[in-house]
Amino acid sequence: MNSISIQNLTKTYAGGTEALKGVNLEVASGDFCALLGANGAGKTTIIGILTGLVNKTSGSVRIFDYDIDQNHSKAKKVIGVVPQEMNFNIFERVEDIVVNQAGYFGIDRTTAFAEAEKNLKQLRLWDRRHEIARNLSGGMKRRLMIARALVNKPKLLILDEPTAGVDVELRHSMWEFLGELNGQGVTILLTTHYLEEVEQLCRQAAIIKDGQIIANDRVKNLVKLVAKETYIVHVDEIRSLEKIRGYNPVVIDENTFEVELSKEERLNEFIAYLSQLGMMVTDFRPKGNRIEKLFLNILNSKTEAGIGA
Amino acid sequence: MTKHGQYIAYTTIVRKEVTRVLRIWPQTLFPPVITQTLYFLIFGKFIGAQIRDIHGVSYMSFIIPGLVMMAVINNSFMNVVSSFFSSKFQRSIEELLVSSTSNKIIIAGYVTGGVVRGIIVGFLVFLVSIFFTRPQIHHLGIIFPFVFLTAVVFALGGLLNAIFAKKFDDISIFPTFILTPMIYLGGVFYSIDNLPPFWQMISKFNPVLYMVNGFRYGFHGFSDVNVLASFMILVVFAAVLTAVNLVLLARGTGLKT
Ligand SMILES: Nc1ncnc2c1ncn2[C@@H]1O[C@H](COP(=O)(O)OP(=O)(O)O)[C@@H](O)[C@H]1O
Ligand SMILES: [Mg+2]
Repeated sequence: MNSISIQNLTKTYAGGTEALKGVNLEVASGDFCALLGANGAGKTTIIGILTGLVNKTSGSVRIFDYDIDQNHSKAKKVIGVVPQEMNFNIFERVEDIVVNQAGYFGIDRTTAFAEAEKNLKQLRLWDRRHEIARNLSGGMKRRLMIARALVNKPKLLILDEPTAGVDVELRHSMWEFLGELNGQGVTILLTTHYLEEVEQLCRQAAIIKDGQIIANDRVKNLVKLVAKETYIVHVDEIRSLEKIRGYNPVVIDENTFEVELSKEERLNEFIAYLSQLGMMVTDFRPKGNRIEKLFLNILNSKTEAGIGA
Repeated sequence: MTKHGQYIAYTTIVRKEVTRVLRIWPQTLFPPVITQTLYFLIFGKFIGAQIRDIHGVSYMSFIIPGLVMMAVINNSFMNVVSSFFSSKFQRSIEELLVSSTSNKIIIAGYVTGGVVRGIIVGFLVFLVSIFFTRPQIHHLGIIFPFVFLTAVVFALGGLLNAIFAKKFDDISIFPTFILTPMIYLGGVFYSIDNLPPFWQMISKFNPVLYMVNGFRYGFHGFSDVNVLASFMILVVFAAVLTAVNLVLLARGTGLKT
């Protein structure tokens, strides 16, 4: 069974913005799927429609067995959502925020308190449960929204850019946590614009651009499209470039050049090789945005195949 | 969601609303009691001493039901409009929108919060009035339904206002330009018998007149208008406002994009 099936979904906002132009997307039950796209691509709009915050213009959406036109209330019962932006009352206490959310799902208070305790402990917020939400740090607020989203034991957890603006440590612990949840059978859909996140976490990724899904594939197939990455290398002096011809070097100035390395090629070995050639590497960094490259490659491959982009 | 589940959702909203009223009592309970006390002092005591009895009761006694009702109206309205609008503003209303709580329950929960605050403030104002004059009670069976229904109607009105409001200014426009004049011209301070016929006729289009007079009948046993008709008007208002709110919530007006 699919946990999400979206067909021909469109959304035109009141101002006339066509945010979604016929989106088709299926997420299998138990999957860990990424919705990958740049700002303004339509990710939050899709999530808004799934969770009842945005009215769709046309198309159909099913969550497990429920069509949202007929049975949105039942569909909502199995969804947990972590929004992109804070949406709790900052003057409410942490524990109340979680317990009240359980109440809105019709969960009795005893169960709600037990569930809130479990979730707040898991997300390392239990010590702060009596504080008002305003006093939490940014990362804690994000974790609070995760604790809240889990209170109805959702079968489908949707997270809208959960790691945007979150420090590296929290990002990694969040990945681990989401991985565990998925292991317990929770279907996860998350939006992101970090390709790294998708590679780490997800089996499936749908790529959205300007309100349309331009690719929907296993992550391992998608990353093949960006198998080679461009690096910028600074050296004390450029020597014997012909010896590294295979890496497609492009000279930028007297100390700088670009090379292309595939994933299998070890960076350390490449740097060691440069020093063998008498070039002392002073700086070494990936050039620009892999995700942009992925987009370009997808669009190019489609145009080549005659599908059009 | 099951009936029991909906009941839990209802009590969750009500608990949150009532907790809010009690937690910020210096904003929600205290000021209206002070304001009404000033009315008792100035109109009832200082000016009222020079005004002759109305239908055989002192001016102070005459204005008590109106001033209690004024407090109920203002506070049930303000509670819902400010609480619902600020949850829209902070976006915490999304907690309800993404949940399985039905729209009926959302309305019932917020309206109950407004009714509770309206009735608490009304009762406090009534307690204060005891310092000024001995209370008269003609018919409790009239007082309770009137105060309850009035609170319901204005709580529903507050919800309607909050649904349409886009910024904080929008939640003070209706109270300032419509609600307050309606209350002042609704026979709180005078009997419309004393008005020229033209103004009497105009007054009869003001729903607050029926609320104040029905309520006053419960205290003093006289009214400018038919009490049963007043009651029916309240019921109709409550039904219509409930229906309008339900339609707006179903459409997502002011809440969904
Ligand atoms: N409430 C709204 N009213 C009008 N336009 C909107 C609204 N929300 C989003 N949009 C527009 O819809 C498009 C998609 O936005 P969004 O779904 O938020 O993208 P993403 O989450 O991928 O960044 C953007 O052009 C955005 O400006
Ligand atoms: Mg977004």
